[in-house]
Amino acid sequence: MVAEKLGGEQARRLLATMWRIRIFEERVGQLTRAGEIDGLIHLSIGQEGVAVAVCAQLRDDDHVYSGHRAHGHAIAKGAGLDRVMAELMGRDTGLCRGLGGSMHLVDVEHGFMGATGVVGGNVPIALGSALASRLRGSDAVAVVFFGDGAVQAGHFVETVNLAALWRLPLVFVCENNGFAEFTPRSAHTVVERVSDVVAPYGLERATVDGNDVPAVWDAFGGYLASARTGGGPFLLECLTHRVRGHYEGDPGRYRETLAEAEWREKDPILRLERHSAAEGWFSDDALPGIAAAAADEVEAAVRFGRESRFPPPELVEAMVYADG
Amino acid sequence: MAHELPYIAAIVEAIQLEMERDESVLYFGQNMATTENEPFVDAFGKDRVRVTPISETAEIGIAIGAALAGFRPVVELYMAEFMLVAMDQVLNEAPRFRGMSGGQVRVPIVLKAGYGFTAGWAGQHTGTLNALFMGVPGLKVAVPSTAADAKGLMATAIRDDNPVVYLHNYLLTLDHGEVPDGEYLVPFGEAAVRREGSDVTIVGTGWTVDRALGAAERLAGEGIQAEVIDPRTIAPLDTHTILESVEKTGHLVLVDQATRHASVSTVIAGEVAEHGFGSLKAPVVQVTGLDATIPYSEPLEAHVLPDDDKVVAAVQRVLGTAPVTA
Repeated sequence: MVAEKLGGEQARRLLATMWRIRIFEERVGQLTRAGEIDGLIHLSIGQEGVAVAVCAQLRDDDHVYSGHRAHGHAIAKGAGLDRVMAELMGRDTGLCRGLGGSMHLVDVEHGFMGATGVVGGNVPIALGSALASRLRGSDAVAVVFFGDGAVQAGHFVETVNLAALWRLPLVFVCENNGFAEFTPRSAHTVVERVSDVVAPYGLERATVDGNDVPAVWDAFGGYLASARTGGGPFLLECLTHRVRGHYEGDPGRYRETLAEAEWREKDPILRLERHSAAEGWFSDDALPGIAAAAADEVEAAVRFGRESRFPPPELVEAMVYADG
Repeated sequence: MAHELPYIAAIVEAIQLEMERDESVLYFGQNMATTENEPFVDAFGKDRVRVTPISETAEIGIAIGAALAGFRPVVELYMAEFMLVAMDQVLNEAPRFRGMSGGQVRVPIVLKAGYGFTAGWAGQHTGTLNALFMGVPGLKVAVPSTAADAKGLMATAIRDDNPVVYLHNYLLTLDHGEVPDGEYLVPFGEAAVRREGSDVTIVGTGWTVDRALGAAERLAGEGIQAEVIDPRTIAPLDTHTILESVEKTGHLVLVDQATRHASVSTVIAGEVAEHGFGSLKAPVVQVTGLDATIPYSEPLEAHVLPDDDKVVAAVQRVLGTAPVTA
């Protein structure tokens, strides 16, 4: 199925969200180095295009799952920068009241059902949201984000098999940044394309340039439209680039840094800006305003986090069990 | 009113009643619902009753996701060991979601598995891994020892808003017992005093409750009155009832089918050492499985496991009525 083409108004929204994610994560990196955020942090700088092109097409009742590199997905799905920042700072006003942190963001209100920290552990859980949707006769769709590193784990194949067997409305979105943590894909597997891994299961699947936002938008939109009307599952492999290391503090000795000029060619934000200008959607002088608004929002989020209290100690045991 | 049922049928009755009561209860697992005339499929249809591939990680994962989305899945896992291939889902996903989300979600799933089938099933199908699960915050763990509890604990497990590991002992499968008719719920965290006594407290779980009762019967012939306690759920664990009994008897014997260093008995021993030391007139004695893989050969299997004789000997030792051996 063909989804609605990306237009100027949507492109402006996607740019705004990408800038919000980019500036937010750059600020998180600074705060981590300054010791103001002291947990384990994985940044998705460079991969924002996938998060926004997918999540902007979803509704709140479409469930999204993510992994350890989840800030962008949570924000793109609707989580407020203030609540995410407060969570990373371990505050009571955080999305998860400071109990989850960077790797375990959950925002039920916006259908961001959860990020899990063990690579691939989120993948089978997404099946359950898809099953629930099917059982209720709803047209809601489940989406799971994962990296190319998760594909070699058993969870992945079990999930693909069951999703295909039960024809569940689930879209697998692989962000293939070429590195599974610190190791290149070539050291993990002989299968270069993740989309080829699922070929025997008969899934509709595609590999796209994940930094080309309109390409991700079109490919995902088609799958989404089909999944809403009984199709599925689908797999979309998005080739992308992780600018930062695996985690903040990663010395990154296992790879060469991309040259600045080369990165400017690949950067999904700059590419969508160039594309929008070429399409005549809006003029260049609109762009600084979009980034500036994002920067203001990020600074407000930092203030919100700083002004928030740490959660009370009694919260820890109160959250172990749900009230009968 | 009550009726007599085998332990395993009592579990099935509870699942059936809960599925009738609540449409959000789903039931799936391997090798089930493969034919149209299967009673559960017949009653509830193939949407709610599903056969799965041999994919424990996906089976438990899909249950977690469906629970996050408002359903109450019961996953039929058959053997506790089969959960070992899916431990990320069992120990690190299901029980952590609520806490990590700051209380935004609930994960009401039941992981139903048999354990302890020490009947020639050898090293990989006979384990008693119960204590492994009790140590994970967020999981509840039910270990029924009677047909009535098998029914009542399953019903409670399905209605609980948390992930529950429901462990039924395979050696009890065909043991008959009186089971209350209709809706019957056994609360979690409330131990049952199976026999009252004043001289020694014996705590067993699952199959070892019967070992404790068998030993108590024989000890009564020697004039020793043993109190037998069955915690029924090991998470939450009713240490209060155990401590109260120890206060009365001053002596404690713990019986567990598990290997000692991964046993419920060791956890209870620690609690009593800390909170009931003043009541103890003698050191606690544990009768557990040996720290070894369960052997296939029948006499060796018996050698590894607790039995009534070993429990009697332990009681005599703790009461000082038998010579203390190494």
